Amino acid sequence: MSVIELHNITKTYSTKKNKIVAVDDVSFSVDEGELFGLIGPDGAGKTSLFRILTTLLLADKGNAKVFGFDVVKEWKNIRDIVGYMPGRFSLYQDLTVEENLNFFATIFNTTITENYNLVSDIYKQLEPFKTRRAGKLSGGMKQKLALSCALIHKPKVLFLDEPTTGVDPVSRKEFWQMLKKLKAQGISILVSTPYMDEANMCDRIALMQSGKILEIDTPQKIVKAFDGELLSVKANSMFNLLTDLRNYSKTISCYAFGESLHLLLDNSNQDLNELKSYLKNHNDLVIEKINPGIEDCFMQLMKAHHPPSLMEGL
Amino acid sequence: MQKEIVIKTDKLTKRFSDFVAVNEITFEVYQGEIFGFLGANGAGKTTAMKMLIGISKPTSGKAAIAGYDIYKNTEEIKKSIGYMSQKFSLYEDLTVKENITLFGGIYGLNDSEIKTKSEALIKKLGLQNEADKLVASLPLGWKQKLAFSIAIFHSPKIVFLDEPTGGVDPITRRQFWDMIYEAAHNGITVFVTTHYMDEAEYCDRVSIMVDGVIEALDSPSQLKQNYNAQSMDEVFLMLARGAKRGD
Repeated sequence: MSVIELHNITKTYSTKKNKIVAVDDVSFSVDEGELFGLIGPDGAGKTSLFRILTTLLLADKGNAKVFGFDVVKEWKNIRDIVGYMPGRFSLYQDLTVEENLNFFATIFNTTITENYNLVSDIYKQLEPFKTRRAGKLSGGMKQKLALSCALIHKPKVLFLDEPTTGVDPVSRKEFWQMLKKLKAQGISILVSTPYMDEANMCDRIALMQSGKILEIDTPQKIVKAFDGELLSVKANSMFNLLTDLRNYSKTISCYAFGESLHLLLDNSNQDLNELKSYLKNHNDLVIEKINPGIEDCFMQLMKAHHPPSLMEGL
Repeated sequence: MQKEIVIKTDKLTKRFSDFVAVNEITFEVYQGEIFGFLGANGAGKTTAMKMLIGISKPTSGKAAIAGYDIYKNTEEIKKSIGYMSQKFSLYEDLTVKENITLFGGIYGLNDSEIKTKSEALIKKLGLQNEADKLVASLPLGWKQKLAFSIAIFHSPKIVFLDEPTGGVDPITRRQFWDMIYEAAHNGITVFVTTHYMDEAEYCDRVSIMVDGVIEALDSPSQLKQNYNAQSMDEVFLMLARGAKRGD
């Protein structure tokens, strides 16, 4: 059964001068118990989708259902069964940690004790600070409190809009562990992130860019569909290596990836000796065939969907 | 050859009543270097950075930025540096040209300098058709590239970048780093914070703050060797997992 269904959803925002298409004819569905990720940079349309699905924003076109309820006609039913953590911290800053959680439990006609088991793992870490005002918490603690508040009424679906943005790598890893545990308890989760490395934590993902979905599938299948054989290239002067590889006639794309460069050559030419002789002036040269990651795929799809002019600017 | 030191701190400390946000940090940054300033949320990065750019007075310790003392010469410091963050960089309701003119003026360039340099910049960025459009109408990636160019418009000695690539698409993120490399190649020192660990690999040296102190400082390759790690992500996790405070 699908817990979330979208059909041809479009949302535009108009200002005096221009019209921005935030969500452009988007359709997908999320299955029960699934951890589904919307992966994409700012401006991809992720937040607009969240607001449409949580009945806070009306789409221009298309229709959407959450647990079988229509987002326009049956918005009241939807609000009872979803938990929503917006991208911007939106708890009451001048209420304490405990007061915030109690408030959210109360407006959903429940109590903290009734659903404590659901939040206990997360809330335990906050309990030493339960008399502290929410506005005085650090970033990571605010995020944990926001998640607790979104969970306290035992929602069937959880909507998390960029919960890990601006969060350091350690806290990010911990947050995804929490999501795995919630999923194990049967809660369906729609989560968005601009961090491509988090895509692998999801059951299925939609890669999004400028209001459009570039691809929807499991992370494994998306990686498998990468077109071409990817090479990792290293040398002692990475900057010169990058310049040389960008000027190489057989290069389709070459991007820095941490300590190495990811290079895609013209498909008809997989002769590494030719590449090696082109790079003969580089010291400590290492060339290896590697498997692409989600970020490689995202960039390949981005280029396929956009006119080359958008990719320039340098 | 002796490398010129452009940032030098000595036991730099900031306390907020009984909380020591930054605890006696001592380090040096060299001219033309890309210096990655990493740390977990709450480690004290922002507080340290605010002291370095002259907008927060230290509790104790010393520091010199481009040779200027951070207690006495904060105005000179502001003229010698550029600054860009993800949260604030450009005025959305001014055009591309107006933003360049405004910041050029703030940084003390005269009208003719602003005119010649802004034309060159607009051409270099390929923004000829957008020059008279509001910044609000530009895609995020272009805004970030423009913001960086404006931060180094007055040829500062050092540019401070606070999470410059947050939320930016992967291709633009890499184009942004191309610009960082170019600036460093031209002798501008780049002091940058990021939560992307692959970007830590692009830095010449990286410092990692944990609970207000600099726990490690070295080149990425040396750090990986020291901590017997495959990537900077692993190094970061090993160090930051030991954090006791904040998050």
